[in-house]
Amino acid sequence: MTKYISSTINHFILSIGLLIMVVPIWIIFASSTHSSLFINTNGLQFFLGDNFIDNYSRVLFKQSGFFNEITALKMFFNSFVMATGIATLSVITSLMAAYGLVYFKVKYATFIFWLIFITLLVPLELRIMPSYIVMSKLNLVNTFAGLILPISASAIATFFFRQFYKSIPDELLEAAKLDGTNSLRFFIDFLIPLSKTMIAAVFIFMFVFGYNQYLWPLIMTTSEQYWTVVMGLKTMYGSISDRFAFVIMSMIPPVIIIIFLQKLFIQGIFQNK
Amino acid sequence: MSFLELQNITKIYPNGTKAVNETSLNIENGEFVVFVGPSGCGKSTLLRMIAGLEDITNGEISLDGNIINKIDPSERDVAMVFQNYALYPHMSVFNNMAYGLKNRGISKEEINNKVNDVAKLLEIDQLLTRKPSMLSGGQRQRVAMGRAIVRNPKIFLFDEPLSNLDAKLRNQMRLEIKRLQRQMGVTSIFVTHDQTEAMTLGDRIVVINNGVVEQVGTPKEIYSKPNTKFVAEFIGSPQMNLFNCKIENGIAHIADMKINLNNSTNIDDATLGIRPDDILISDNGKHSCVANLVEYLGSDMIIYSKIGDQEFSCKLSSKINLNAGDTFKFEISGTSVHLFDNTTGSRV
Repeated sequence: MTKYISSTINHFILSIGLLIMVVPIWIIFASSTHSSLFINTNGLQFFLGDNFIDNYSRVLFKQSGFFNEITALKMFFNSFVMATGIATLSVITSLMAAYGLVYFKVKYATFIFWLIFITLLVPLELRIMPSYIVMSKLNLVNTFAGLILPISASAIATFFFRQFYKSIPDELLEAAKLDGTNSLRFFIDFLIPLSKTMIAAVFIFMFVFGYNQYLWPLIMTTSEQYWTVVMGLKTMYGSISDRFAFVIMSMIPPVIIIIFLQKLFIQGIFQNK
Repeated sequence: MSFLELQNITKIYPNGTKAVNETSLNIENGEFVVFVGPSGCGKSTLLRMIAGLEDITNGEISLDGNIINKIDPSERDVAMVFQNYALYPHMSVFNNMAYGLKNRGISKEEINNKVNDVAKLLEIDQLLTRKPSMLSGGQRQRVAMGRAIVRNPKIFLFDEPLSNLDAKLRNQMRLEIKRLQRQMGVTSIFVTHDQTEAMTLGDRIVVINNGVVEQVGTPKEIYSKPNTKFVAEFIGSPQMNLFNCKIENGIAHIADMKINLNNSTNIDDATLGIRPDDILISDNGKHSCVANLVEYLGSDMIIYSKIGDQEFSCKLSSKINLNAGDTFKFEISGTSVHLFDNTTGSRV
């Protein structure tokens, strides 16, 4: 009986949390399916309207921006490239940095690690001018490389991988050594498959981080061709239902990535246990 | 020249700890040698130096005529079974066994044949597709051995591989290891702190204490003629009784008990070692004691008693009717005792 009561209380609390998170999104979604005129006269809507296809296709394909050089579709593409690039490069650099720090007899490895860790105290917003100057001297303004490179090394990801490698028993490396493996093969055959779950987690984290970038792309891009979704959210001044539709669509890519990688995440947990 | 030669091997860790001190040892091809000693005595370090997992501070190791000090572990052609098995958690049993072969560039077909043969030999052919996490302790042990066997190395190194198994499985695997080693004739070194394992497995036993080899010999030699007090105490179960005594003209004085050693030695500070089963209980025995505690072990029983203030135990058939508190008479033959000089710790 007490089991039922506690389970009911748990579900009640969880339901409240769920509602707090989902209801605003639902209201935005429901409102985005009405015409702007309707919303302006009747306020936010809780039920679906019949302008879904009209609104969404208009937002996706309409030329917008100050000079009408970009569509929402292109912004999604830009954001996707930027976020994927940042996530992929972060995973690669931090995997290798952690490998070097943990498995090679690097003098002052701990000191170097903390040096890397300290960069957490210097976020991009703080070093935005020097970063911009470096990128512009490299002629990377208005390129994807310029958008991606300055944020493609992550101290926190290096930290995660380092802690994980430290937890792998030494015998595994020793057994592999006796089996004739070399450092590169050990990295590819052992560390990468063993850190699959962690790679997925870091990838999700860095993808969302990259997708959410606002200030950096704003400064790095003068051409509307390179606008990202988050910049568009701020600058696309369409009608109210168009903006709601854009907001809803802007949430989709991170959600897809999470759903897709969550599968791998769970798979990894069960296999590597 | 022996198959594996260790010459004056010394290992000093960066923090100054001397783990192995000036150890020399020759091991012949096909021999099964057991390193035994208490934990922290340097036996595992010695094994790891042979494997190449530990740098050698001083000395020389040669295998099959080649000095291997500087040779990478991957090229030494040795295989090791670790205490916690160190199976590759993300690979199937098949891949665990095949990995070493793949790295040596052996063809797929040959790998398949070899792995399947060894899997059959170890009766793990049903498990080849499983991951290590889905195996029991004994099965993991077999896979770890399979991984070593399949490579057909020059030497097998076993680093306390049985210590994670329960008692029954341990006995079973012990027999199996012995059988496999005989069958394949591969030189093997087995590290353990369990003297029973050492006695039953080894062709020769190397008793190590504090980084120094105390004695090398066949199990029989080690048991019947321990060179030092340490070996005497370490090998044999129950432990050998050691009495502090004074020897005058070949007669040992332990409290008020006298044992004639049939020689003419004189040592002021000596230790007399008597195996618990060399104390013969008989009604005509010269000495008598009170049994303080009787441990019943089925076919045998162990009696704990005291001579003066020195405790001792004796082992006898449980057919004899003796209870705690009873007085018993016993005899000690002067020829079955082991005499050690306390100043040197070695056998007289």
